[in-house]
Amino acid sequence: MMATRRSYPFKRPPELDSGKRGHLPVIVVGAGPVGLTMAIELLERGIATVVLDDDNTVSIGSRAICYAKRALEIWDRLGCGEVMLNKGVTWNVGKVFFGDDPEPVYTFNMLDEEGYKYPGFINLQQYYNEEFLIARLNELGGEIRWKNTVVEVTPAAKGVTIAVDTPEGRYEMACDYLIAADGSRSPIRKMLGLDFEGQVFEDHFLIADIKMKQDFPSERRFWFDPPFNRGQSALLHKQPDDVWRLDLQLGWDIDRDAEMKPERVAERVRAALPGVDFEFEWLSIYTFQCRRLDKFRHGRVIFVGDSAHLVSPFGARGANSGVQDADNLGWKLQLVLTGKAPEALLDSYDAERVYAAKENILNSTRSTDFITPKSAVSRAFRNAVLELAREAPFARPFVNSGRLSVPAILRESALNTPDSDAFAGKMMPGAPAADGRIRVNGRDEWLLTFLARDNGGVHHKGTGFAALYFAGDAAADKAMAETAKALAQDAIPVTVYAIGTPAAAPQGLTVIEDTAGHLARRYDGRPGTIYLLRPDHHITARWRAADIAAIRRARDLATGHRAPAQIKETAA
Amino acid sequence: MTSDTLALTPRISDPDSFYEALIEAHRGLSEEASQRLNARLILILANQIGDRKVLDEALALAIRTDRT
Ligand SMILES: Cc1cc2nc3c(=O)[nH]c(=O)nc-3n(C[C@H](O)[C@H](O)[C@H](O)COP(=O)(O)OP(=O)(O)OC[C@H]3O[C@@H](n4cnc5c(N)ncnc54)[C@H](O)[C@@H]3O)c2cc1C
Repeated sequence: MMATRRSYPFKRPPELDSGKRGHLPVIVVGAGPVGLTMAIELLERGIATVVLDDDNTVSIGSRAICYAKRALEIWDRLGCGEVMLNKGVTWNVGKVFFGDDPEPVYTFNMLDEEGYKYPGFINLQQYYNEEFLIARLNELGGEIRWKNTVVEVTPAAKGVTIAVDTPEGRYEMACDYLIAADGSRSPIRKMLGLDFEGQVFEDHFLIADIKMKQDFPSERRFWFDPPFNRGQSALLHKQPDDVWRLDLQLGWDIDRDAEMKPERVAERVRAALPGVDFEFEWLSIYTFQCRRLDKFRHGRVIFVGDSAHLVSPFGARGANSGVQDADNLGWKLQLVLTGKAPEALLDSYDAERVYAAKENILNSTRSTDFITPKSAVSRAFRNAVLELAREAPFARPFVNSGRLSVPAILRESALNTPDSDAFAGKMMPGAPAADGRIRVNGRDEWLLTFLARDNGGVHHKGTGFAALYFAGDAAADKAMAETAKALAQDAIPVTVYAIGTPAAAPQGLTVIEDTAGHLARRYDGRPGTIYLLRPDHHITARWRAADIAAIRRARDLATGHRAPAQIKETAA
Repeated sequence: MTSDTLALTPRISDPDSFYEALIEAHRGLSEEASQRLNARLILILANQIGDRKVLDEALALAIRTDRT
């Protein structure tokens, strides 16, 4: 009844024999989705690292299954998005049911528009996700040390020393930066004596991952107060390999052992899905919490993923936000470790990702309050919303069965250059750049994939700053050709791409054809418009027209070379 | 219906009959059903007002006038 995954062999670390204390720029503790993503990110950037994990398998149990567009775009940049998309079950539609009504009271679509490489969501078992990440890490020559448990952490001003227990003895290692990706119970957090403040929700959820052949559509179904789970909620999701997740709210006062008995669970499954044949793949009962560290950076120890922040699963914001932590931290560590940015740049990781974590916890707490009302009046309002939703469209936006993970827009980041020109649409400084269909050198592709290949990774001397320049204004095009040449020579280069047609584009620039009009529309681009993208593909500045000084100022601000207080907006 | 501050002067033409209709709507309902009815009504009216500033003023007035 249990899914079994392969285990990975323990290899005797060389330090055990040499007796020498190894040193690496970065050590990552924890081979979960976030630690693995972090290590891939670093290897892609030419930063040597190793991952230590106390276990020797991927996550077997019923954990993350929903991966959001933004996480997939990050993995795409790191060279493993497509395998996940191909294996995963794509879905964009969610249906919400209430009471005995067989018709949904509300249906939503995660993808508001066609023309993105990645869908709103895919469902994929966490073990597949981790296996794909491990495969990618191996491709890059990375190393995971299984059965290596970090037992001591000694931080110093310029680095961290750790002690590691293995089945064959203990050794020590040192690093410039230690990345704590050691999960929600984070031993490192405890070793440093850090508080993990937050809220526990008094509720239990039963997760039954079952194998069954059913051709229900691949959509998310959520029930409030269904006949098969009176007074509680239920959630059904499709996963690859004919595995389905049924997630049933049980309430607070339950007999955990009795509820976990397979006969009892089978009874519940049959009530929810009458007449289906199924086998169990995994069963578990969970309680949920929302907590976070006050600060994610503690000198040379930096927390990412569940060790830094914990949310309830409604909204699928756990792994999805942890992966954005790694995305945010990778390029900053690269710049700092290669001496191209001051160490203080790392504080922007803290500021930006604490902001994102607050947003995630806020959303997750609100969802939990709607799903599990804490008082009679809260329940009355919840049910009132659901009663109205069918007939009155105004009530539907109140229905909260989980606000599904969307990327954090780092609006308030001090790295951003505030807008001085007017723009329409959803893009703004701090937002992740929207994808779109493009053509380059006669080849059809996707903007973000192209940028990652052409301007990212270790093969490029840059760190991935890019400027998207909307061509078509002859005078501006001519100036931009010169600007681009100079920016390419900077210590932190910016690669300028011309969005336009090969026939009429600035000399010497790679031309991106906006074949479907996605870029002009999504970026509100017109001749002269420039967007400056950080290496994590977040927009950091934009202008209707800018000279090289403005672009350099924005890049310097985004890399910690200028304090935000110094900004004086000189619209070029 | 588009005023941007909360109306504190009377606006309902036949207050007694509206008040009666309000009480009447709850007749025979359990505490719980009554609470849901009120909740539906509040949500409907809140949407009708729409303006978040006016809604916040209404909320503040309701909180402030608790005399018990
Ligand atoms: C029921 C459930 C459903 C969920 N659904 C979703 C979802 O749909 N989408 C989503 O995005 N998220 C979801 N999540 C959350 C998601 O599973 C987590 O956010 C994610 O696993 C966090 O990844 P991580 O790498 O930070 O930590 P983990 O995956 O917990 O990995 C931490 C690793 O560190 C290792 N470790 C711990 N201590 C040490 C040590 N001392 N030395 C060495 N190694 C150590 C552990 O063995 C582990 O491998 C769900 C969670 C649950 C419980």
